[in-house]
Amino acid sequence: MSTPPPARSTASPRRDTTPDSHGFPTRHYDLVKEFVIAIVVVVVLSVALAAFFSSPDEKSITMSTWAQNAPNDLIATATSELAGTSVSAAYGPPYNNASEGQKIGPLALQKWGGVRLPIDSAGLVLGPLSGVSGDSALTSALSTWKSTPADQRTKWATDYADALGKAPDGDPAKVAAADYGPVPLISADFLSLAKTGGLEGVLTSSGNFYGGDQTQSLLLLSDGTYLEDQAVARKLGGNQWGMMNETGNYPGQPWMWLYTFWYQIPPFTTEGAYAADNADALVWGLMMLLTLALTLVPFIPGLRSIPRWIPVHRLVWRNYYRDYPTATRR
Amino acid sequence: MTTRTRSLGPDDTSEAGNWTAGVRSRIVGLVPEGQALPDRQPVYVASWIYVFGVLTLAALGVVIVSGGLLAIGGVAWWHVSSLGLFVNSLHLWSVELFFAFMVVHLWGKFWMAAWRGGRALTWITGMVLFISSIGTAFTGYLSQANFASQWISAEAKDGLNSIGVGAYFNVLNPGQMLLWHVVLLPFAVGAITVAHVILVRRHGVVPPIDAADPSIESGA
Repeated sequence: MSTPPPARSTASPRRDTTPDSHGFPTRHYDLVKEFVIAIVVVVVLSVALAAFFSSPDEKSITMSTWAQNAPNDLIATATSELAGTSVSAAYGPPYNNASEGQKIGPLALQKWGGVRLPIDSAGLVLGPLSGVSGDSALTSALSTWKSTPADQRTKWATDYADALGKAPDGDPAKVAAADYGPVPLISADFLSLAKTGGLEGVLTSSGNFYGGDQTQSLLLLSDGTYLEDQAVARKLGGNQWGMMNETGNYPGQPWMWLYTFWYQIPPFTTEGAYAADNADALVWGLMMLLTLALTLVPFIPGLRSIPRWIPVHRLVWRNYYRDYPTATRR
Repeated sequence: MTTRTRSLGPDDTSEAGNWTAGVRSRIVGLVPEGQALPDRQPVYVASWIYVFGVLTLAALGVVIVSGGLLAIGGVAWWHVSSLGLFVNSLHLWSVELFFAFMVVHLWGKFWMAAWRGGRALTWITGMVLFISSIGTAFTGYLSQANFASQWISAEAKDGLNSIGVGAYFNVLNPGQMLLWHVVLLPFAVGAITVAHVILVRRHGVVPPIDAADPSIESGA
């Protein structure tokens, strides 16, 4: 195969003068054969990897295991839900209006999303307990709670939460004596209910036989420290590249490395900084910007010229440049 | 049975106004004749980097088939069955391979400036495909019904809530996430893949940077 000497182009390098690919000399190429071989290669690799490494499947945490393994954390979490001081209680949209949420400069995107998944944090505790029958002490405690003004209820729960914080290991049995109203009994009965394994069902079904929405139970679980402690022990914490990692020695989602990367560096890790307080929104904004830039790279001067400046393409097309040395514009 | 052939009048020779003919014409015109499945390629298509596009497609096929097998058994099957666990492992590793091949393909095309010559839409559909695939894999991790999905959903909710998306795309609702994972996002990935491949075949493989126009060389 031979080609006549090319004419030197005088076109401006800034204009896209890429010729029509269909006008070039051709060579034999079997696309179907390539595809079939590719499928065989991928199937063999997948089967081998699956056979040798299997896949991770660490059982989910149940409310019962939480109650058994970290009862004091569950008591503290239940108390914070009653006091309105838990993470979800102070979250803002989409769960409540307790705060405006995060912002990207003047853009209050979280607030604009609206409270579409309303969650009553005290209801996470009182709701399941209201279904318990045959416990007169609990019935009386719940009745007292409901008939007491909100300010007093909050004071009881806040005082009890503070006392738990000061008690050794947060142990309810070692809390300083004071008037906490029905809060100690309510939280202790909540712990008992969790131990029975009946809590998930009540929180998940919300009156629907089939359930299927774990929003309430996952919010309650993540309001405690037990879930995070378990994750950190498995190197899945937010500052341990947790979003892209997987339980066990598995690759996880390495394609999310750049998103996770920003959570590892200042200013997003600088405590008290605006960037840290709004890190989730800012990282998302940054990633949207970077993704948009990469998507629109064909139209961005400078960025689209990088492949010309760093000539990796000389490797890809080294045979062509070698075999057709005069068929290129310089 | 008799067959009657109607003589063609002047109006019958024109396809103007015929929707079926219009759609057929559009479909046929999507790819130049002979380029949908060509048995020859331009001489410059001679590098291992070209294999990664096809490998990505092949891996996507294995991902879809293994995901379909998982769907037959249902959500809890792979937690209680060794066969189910193996199928889940196939699904996981084919996804890992799919992304590995796709990322190599993507960066290969970047360094080849493969958007040249009217191929910007090919690049853009490839990028949208990459992003859609990340979303599909992410919802898969949320649908595992195990500790990993508990933790990932608890972490991810803050990012999505912070930009208002969480109000509509609730990562704490595995029912919603599973449907996105097995219906909406795979449909999007499949449709964009078809569009991407058609665009690739329509424009052909991008010529080398600074390659001169062969038609000028040959004086055509």
